[in-house]
Amino acid sequence: MSRKALAYAALLAFGLAAPLFIYPVLVMKILCFALFACAFNLLLGYTGLLSFGHAAFFGTAAYVAGHALKEWGLPTELGLLAGTAAAGLLGWAVGSLAIRRTGIYFAMVTLALAQMVYFIFLQASFTGGEDGLQGVPRGTLLGFVDLSDDLNLYYFVLAIFVFAFWLIYRTIHSPFGQILKAIRENEPRAISLGYDVAKYKLLAFVLSATLAGLAGATKMLVFKFATLTDAHWHLSGEVVLMTILGGMGTVFGPVVGSSVIVTLQNELADKVGSLVTVIMGCIFVICVLAFRRGIVGEVAALYQRVVGKRARG
Amino acid sequence: MTEIFGVPIQALMGQLMLGLVSGSFYAMLSLGLAVIFGMLNIINFAHGALYMMGAFLAWMGLEYFALGYWQALLLAPLAVGLFGIVIERSMLQWLYKLDHLYGLLLTFGLALVIEGLFTNGYGVSGQPYSIPEELSGAFNLGFMFLPKYRAWVIVASLAVCFCTWFVIEKTRLGAYLRAATENPKLTQAFGINVPLMVMLTYGFGAALAGFAGVLAAPAIQVSPLMGSNLIIVVFAVVVIGGMGSILGSILTGLGLGVIEGLTKVFYPEASATVVFVIMAIVLMIRPAGLFGKER
Repeated sequence: MSRKALAYAALLAFGLAAPLFIYPVLVMKILCFALFACAFNLLLGYTGLLSFGHAAFFGTAAYVAGHALKEWGLPTELGLLAGTAAAGLLGWAVGSLAIRRTGIYFAMVTLALAQMVYFIFLQASFTGGEDGLQGVPRGTLLGFVDLSDDLNLYYFVLAIFVFAFWLIYRTIHSPFGQILKAIRENEPRAISLGYDVAKYKLLAFVLSATLAGLAGATKMLVFKFATLTDAHWHLSGEVVLMTILGGMGTVFGPVVGSSVIVTLQNELADKVGSLVTVIMGCIFVICVLAFRRGIVGEVAALYQRVVGKRARG
Repeated sequence: MTEIFGVPIQALMGQLMLGLVSGSFYAMLSLGLAVIFGMLNIINFAHGALYMMGAFLAWMGLEYFALGYWQALLLAPLAVGLFGIVIERSMLQWLYKLDHLYGLLLTFGLALVIEGLFTNGYGVSGQPYSIPEELSGAFNLGFMFLPKYRAWVIVASLAVCFCTWFVIEKTRLGAYLRAATENPKLTQAFGINVPLMVMLTYGFGAALAGFAGVLAAPAIQVSPLMGSNLIIVVFAVVVIGGMGSILGSILTGLGLGVIEGLTKVFYPEASATVVFVIMAIVLMIRPAGLFGKER
């Protein structure tokens, strides 16, 4: 077994044992946001597109999944799928508009379209407006595993996360992922090599939106409600922060970043109240000014330097 | 009573005026964004927060130092402009060589910090700021009543927009500015202090946002979140107009304000989203924006 496989096995073992010594709901929250950030990283880190509207997909999936479970009484698995599919569809619509512009305009277009989605949710009747969609039943898995038990739900959420993480990992390391990286590094050259860049960008966008939706639907299942904060631009900013803090364009960066941010928010919420936003803003500024490779990026660079020195002798 | 499409003319004209008022704010803010973007290649996410700062400084001036509206109209933009210069010198100037997106991310972080601090100090509920005495009341135009303050907002913002256009397009300073936007290295080689101009440009853009904030203070309640909701609409305005031309920014801002006002009359449910819908349509038909150039 290679060292890499060993590391992954150790991480999986940690994930399986985590609820024994950490409050499972907190770990589930971290897993949901880690999945959200990983999906976002697929776009920012590997395709070079900064979307400032990813909360729209997260929130849409949460609302649709919640509505499907509560009002239509669908089984849990189908409810999650419905939410995820809705996010994917929305991703296709937003993506096909947004990829008409690049760079800074791309960010503004996604932000504006997400704000439109937010206003629609604010006005629509099925979302419950300011109150949100509350009291969604968690249901059962495959009809016999009771998900209202936190520990059962934890392993279900972990399975979803591992599956989605594997999917993203495979995407990044596939020929498709290589083309995405080529687009990130040099778009004109990718075009001149004959790649239909718009198509690849859209596919990456839809994939990212769908997985962000899976994260949103799962988070809804954990907390049993969907609210407007799930679709607010603050959340779009937070997922950007998680990704650059952890290290964009690295496989584990978003997981690290979201663990830090969620834990921080959890610890600070009672102590400093509304100053949490200020702290998040400061982390943002520090990351951009001095820390652009993120935690995982810096550690990897340090490791490279140490190994390189040893090799040189 | 006279009616147009089943809507009383007073109501229609009233909403049209309100639309022009919000259009004036869109125009001033998108103008500031365009000027900053031209020079610094940065989209200033903190623009909404600076606008909010302008309004809050006016309110604080009245509350703590008994400074009236007219003093605030002069002093608050100056203070916000100075604050902008500090930001440019201490943070933004290190980012010019990097991808443009870092500027967006940095100013986003700054917006969070500024808004968070004001929210922490004053809560999210609004603070009332009364209309100055000279501008309270209304003109009777025969077919409608025109509140004096609304007329003043439109006139003042148009004047400021016109001055900005005049300085940039018609004066020597503006010529330097345009040269530095086009080719900073060459302009610097001619002996013009480009970093200084970049700094002043950001300061000016910030001051413009602050000025808009003071103008807005009596029209809407002063609250820490007044900027962030507005700035996203202004982003859509910028995408629709494109940032290539100054007159384009002004016209797009005013036009979209009017369209939004009319939507409030004919289909109120869509008034919050109409600008975004127009943006989607423009992206489909003319991706570079109405006045933009494809880069």
